[in-house]
Amino acid sequence: MSNIKNMDDTKEVKTSYTIPIGPIHPALKEPIRLDLSVDGEEIIDVDVVVGQVHRGMEWLGMNRNNPIQTIYLAERICGICSVSHPFALVMAVEQAAGIEVPPRAEYIRVIIAEMERIHSHLLWAGVAAHEIGFDSVFYLVWKVREEIMDAMEYLAGNRNSKAMFQFGGVRRDITEEQFPRVRKSLDYYLSIFDQLGNIFLKDKTINMRTRNVGILKKEDALRLTIVGPTARASGVSKDARQGHAYSAYADMDIKAITPDVITGKVVGDVYDRIVVRLLEIKQSIEIIDKCLKEMPSGAIISEPKVAKLLAVLKKAEGEGIGVHEAPRGECFHYVRMEAGMDPLACWKVRAPTYANLMAIPTMLKGEQIADVPIAFASIDPCMSCTNRAITVKQPRKGTECLLDLHELSLEKTRRLEAEFDR
Amino acid sequence: MIGSNFSLGITILLGIVILALGVFFGLLYLGIDRKLVARMQGRIGPPIRQPFRDVSKLLMKESIIPDDAISWLFKFAPVLCLMGAAVLLLYVPLFGQPALLEGSGDIIVVLYLLIIPALALVLAGFSSSSPFATVGAQREMVTLMSYEFPLVMSVVAIAWHTGHVTGASPFLFSTLAAFPIWGQVGPVGIIGAVLLLLVLLFIIPGELSKIPFDMAEAETELAGGVLVEYSGRNFALFYVANAVKAIALVAIVVGLFFPYNLSPVIGIGAAIPATIVDGIFFLVKVFLVMFVSVMVARAAMARFKIDQASKIYFISSTLVGLLGLILLWIDLVI
Repeated sequence: MSNIKNMDDTKEVKTSYTIPIGPIHPALKEPIRLDLSVDGEEIIDVDVVVGQVHRGMEWLGMNRNNPIQTIYLAERICGICSVSHPFALVMAVEQAAGIEVPPRAEYIRVIIAEMERIHSHLLWAGVAAHEIGFDSVFYLVWKVREEIMDAMEYLAGNRNSKAMFQFGGVRRDITEEQFPRVRKSLDYYLSIFDQLGNIFLKDKTINMRTRNVGILKKEDALRLTIVGPTARASGVSKDARQGHAYSAYADMDIKAITPDVITGKVVGDVYDRIVVRLLEIKQSIEIIDKCLKEMPSGAIISEPKVAKLLAVLKKAEGEGIGVHEAPRGECFHYVRMEAGMDPLACWKVRAPTYANLMAIPTMLKGEQIADVPIAFASIDPCMSCTNRAITVKQPRKGTECLLDLHELSLEKTRRLEAEFDR
Repeated sequence: MIGSNFSLGITILLGIVILALGVFFGLLYLGIDRKLVARMQGRIGPPIRQPFRDVSKLLMKESIIPDDAISWLFKFAPVLCLMGAAVLLLYVPLFGQPALLEGSGDIIVVLYLLIIPALALVLAGFSSSSPFATVGAQREMVTLMSYEFPLVMSVVAIAWHTGHVTGASPFLFSTLAAFPIWGQVGPVGIIGAVLLLLVLLFIIPGELSKIPFDMAEAETELAGGVLVEYSGRNFALFYVANAVKAIALVAIVVGLFFPYNLSPVIGIGAAIPATIVDGIFFLVKVFLVMFVSVMVARAAMARFKIDQASKIYFISSTLVGLLGLILLWIDLVI
């Protein structure tokens, strides 16, 4: 990324010194490096250096015994989006193999995915409060988050890594007897929603630290192809649940939330991102509520016998994509399956942070050092999901290794374009 | 000659006792602070003796000095910080007794001494060669310069008013103890004095680098700021110095605004019980001031940015302080 950034920013900048934020730093929850060139407190330039937590997940996923084992792996791409990645993966494989999903399973998938959104947004709110030194709010929000964790444990048997997904449906049913427990959680969040809003939107010191900080304008958000709440906070009305309307979301009539609903105008600062995430918590509650009300009866999986499912998957030939609106933005999975081949022939994962990291230099330039933790946290970054490559051997001085890779990928795109044209 | 030597010996002995008590109660109050803030935040928190454990463990640990640091300055800064805080203790009235060095220095000296620990932190930051520490040191300096004016203004306003009304030498804690401010002013003056007290309460977290004014250390931004490179014994010295400074600083506020003693009120005449009662009463007063200005503020606010903090001190606090000063003056005129 560093070289790509340098290409469009060639002018020399005068700096007094460089501050490295990361790879290990209290402001970061996962390893990444931000090289800040600062003049006093003001940030002149930012260089984002990724590649500290590459785990080779895609390669591992293509080398399992069969695609079902890849679901478990996908669930472990991210500790927080442990629904989003399997969701996108199963949709991609179902498309490639032509597997139908029963309607009840679609609803259960959506309920679990929305519960994950509530927990992820609350987790983010706590982290954001910690970044600006407001630890009381951090502890308060994480305490509140326990309720949804308990509900998820009740439904899936686990607070995280819920293992609900299977090709062609879900592994566990949500029965009528379980509804009251879920409703209790939803009611709890509705009852404290105004209090949360009061803390995050009206508190004086939070306002001082988040208003007009880390601004990302709508043009920039579109130019840099930002996704998820970060894009919506900049006024880009983009939501995979609305734009793609996959799974049971098609029944839900989802509208992308932009901050002007509450504030009246879009600024694109950290405050707006708080507004969007808060409103999305409420939106998720409504979606789950609607799902519980309208859940159709029937099977939860189209092929309960694993051996038979594996046979279908082995015969499958083709490509598929799965797009899911993860709490952080659009999560994209691509798979290719070849007949007679047990594992996936190809698996590509693009986590939302991969797109959102591009916004960091734009957000941070001209801000103060004090704004870095909260502005960086405002995209809700997830590093281990993002890392796609690692420099194992440092290039010799003078060789531009990353630039070569960039050239190579451009070359490949052109070759593929030519193939398609033929 | 023998007598003066004897009294000098007594003074030195008392000084050592005061320092020991200062360190003990400084760490104890730090423990109480951590526990209470934890409870306010819905945590269990560390046991109250945790700061003592911290210090004893730090003293056993290796002190690492960065290669690029200015070694002698890096090692000297914590000593200077602790010395500044310790000398401060000798000039402020503690435990309901007059200050040990009462008469040989006045409130103005105390105000100067207050700068030394902060300057030591700045030296520490600049000498440790880390960019985080450098930024932290810059912030510490900006904070120091910002709160200095309202601090001096409120202290001088109180002393000036007392001196003007009573005719006694104004810049002595003994004068303030003999004529507490609240007894000298009318209703307008009370409002003025309350405003000045508020300014001082707001300056305490800034002096002690506590949230919302902990920009110089700012864990999530600068990973510890000025103290990022410190470890082992050197860090323990800073740790103790900060605890001692907290006691001294709060004692100044108590000496300025609440110099009352409990023993005359409940009619204990004998010297030793009176000393004990007054000592405990002093600890209670210190706790109350700390509770309001350090603990509650820390639990209820986010960290300010350095420019915001600077504005709050330089403009808002100064204006409030000025208003208090004017009200005190009006009180004198009418």
